[in-house]
Amino acid sequence: MPSRDSRPVQSASAAPAGIRARFGVGYPGFALDVDLQLPARGVTALLGHSGSGKTTCLRCIAGLERSAQGRIEVNGELWQDSAAGVFVPTHKRALGYVFQEASLFPHLSVRRNLEYGMRRAGAGRVSLTQAADLLGIGHLLERMPDKLSGGERQRVGVVRALLTSPRLLLMDEPLAALDLRLKQEILPYLERLHDELDIPVIYVSHSPEEVARLADHVVLLDQGTVAAQGPLADTLARLDLPAVFSDDAGAVVESVVAAHDERYHLTRLDFTGGSVLVARRPEPIGHRLRFRVNARDVSLATERLEGSTILNLLPVTVIGVGAADTPAHVLVRVDMQGTPLLARITRRSCEQLGIAAGRPMWAQIKSVALLG
Amino acid sequence: MSLSATDLSAIWLTLQLASLTTVLLLLIGTPVAWWLARTRSRMKGLIGAVVALPLVLPPTVIGFYLLVTMGPHGPVGQLTMAMGLGTLPFTFAGLVVGSVIYSLPFVVQPLQNAFEAIGDRPLEVAATLRAGPWDRFFTVALPLARPGFVTASILGFAHTVGEFGVVLMLGGNIPGRTRTVSVQIFDPVEAMEYAEAHWLAGGMLLFSFVVLLALYSSRRMRPGLG
Repeated sequence: MPSRDSRPVQSASAAPAGIRARFGVGYPGFALDVDLQLPARGVTALLGHSGSGKTTCLRCIAGLERSAQGRIEVNGELWQDSAAGVFVPTHKRALGYVFQEASLFPHLSVRRNLEYGMRRAGAGRVSLTQAADLLGIGHLLERMPDKLSGGERQRVGVVRALLTSPRLLLMDEPLAALDLRLKQEILPYLERLHDELDIPVIYVSHSPEEVARLADHVVLLDQGTVAAQGPLADTLARLDLPAVFSDDAGAVVESVVAAHDERYHLTRLDFTGGSVLVARRPEPIGHRLRFRVNARDVSLATERLEGSTILNLLPVTVIGVGAADTPAHVLVRVDMQGTPLLARITRRSCEQLGIAAGRPMWAQIKSVALLG
Repeated sequence: MSLSATDLSAIWLTLQLASLTTVLLLLIGTPVAWWLARTRSRMKGLIGAVVALPLVLPPTVIGFYLLVTMGPHGPVGQLTMAMGLGTLPFTFAGLVVGSVIYSLPFVVQPLQNAFEAIGDRPLEVAATLRAGPWDRFFTVALPLARPGFVTASILGFAHTVGEFGVVLMLGGNIPGRTRTVSVQIFDPVEAMEYAEAHWLAGGMLLFSFVVLLALYSSRRMRPGLG
């Protein structure tokens, strides 16, 4: 076999940008076999239940699972090609890794933790103070890790990874170990990161809310295989997802704050193909907001219901009907003039109303979850 | 002060022997402990058992085999003679070799425990921060295993000071060269001169107690790091 530990190889031909990773790894009782094609920019979420192989996937990309076999190429740089005997060891891959627990070095101060990777990676694009300020940890530099809160530690972990000027940022459920309050504290920082970073990010999560808020692209993992992958809104609203995901089924919609109604304390959000009213938002008019509509919160009617307390009634066209998590229910995918929406209704209603592809109907949205 | 000149010479020799042995053991024991802590090789059990042998073997047995292998007819003896070094038994160098083997588990096992306690995670983190294998070892594993090094040094040193059987078998009883404190105590006891033996024996008792007291108190203050 040729050299096992090699430096990253630049492909001779102009390789397509983005991440192409095809690999497998097997342990007793668990096997992972995936083929990922991810965009060169933006956040890709690896979504799946525990045991679906999300973390293993990330570890394989990082080179932390030496028994993984396959081919991994990141923005034209070859990191692994088992067939050719190429395996670039982790410390020679230009990646940043944020572990589930922040895993700061307990014997080093925050500053020296941050410098650890920065020194070894060489001159970076961002300075330590810039990166520390971006994540709001500038005042913590001289502290020791055991004097930080969980949220602060996790932010230090993110900055430490960023300071190595990675070409790919891997984040393994960075919020999982935190309580709701700390999550809310960190999410805005991660969103800021999303807006300012020009490198691809792979974000492992089991929370559809987090994914809907941060990701542009999504890979659904189920029992070690890819159940679906693609742009966020399309993929989460697909009908052919395995049953394990139907609990999370729903649509993600990109909208703009269009108007505030001061009298009733409501805000109107416009999106391609319609608008919804939500409780008054603090964001100014023109601000972009993502919201998520769970399939359970959508019902369908053959005509516009008068005298309903539900505010959001939208004309839609049925695209298709698929299986839901129970035999009593079905998932209906409808189109709101360009924006997909999912409704989870009983099989009985579906048959009695004769719901089928092409039929115009009214969607009643009970609630929307605003992300941001 | 009732310590004679030969007493003082024995104390000085013992301190030299224990210091040199401890330094050598840290150099030899660290890679062995690291390997034992991280390997998945099937050899782990075998090497671990060999390292632990001095814990259960009577020191006279260790001393006997060392005497045979390092003697003029033994393989090590042949080698040292071919190198023009003469034979090791009845020399200070021979005692050092014997002590290193005798005290090996007392250094390797605390180090191995300390390395195992670190786990994979900090080393993986270091790898994702561009640190190569040696870099990871020196900047992450060693500092995190520091309590283990303290324990290993103290135990290695103290155990060597207390060695008797190996010294007697391998070093004989040559004043200034191989006569350590423990042997120096033996002579007056055999001659029924208990009063003389008391000074050194009492000193050893006090020394051992202070060492262990220091060790256990430091462990209590930093739980989980020993």
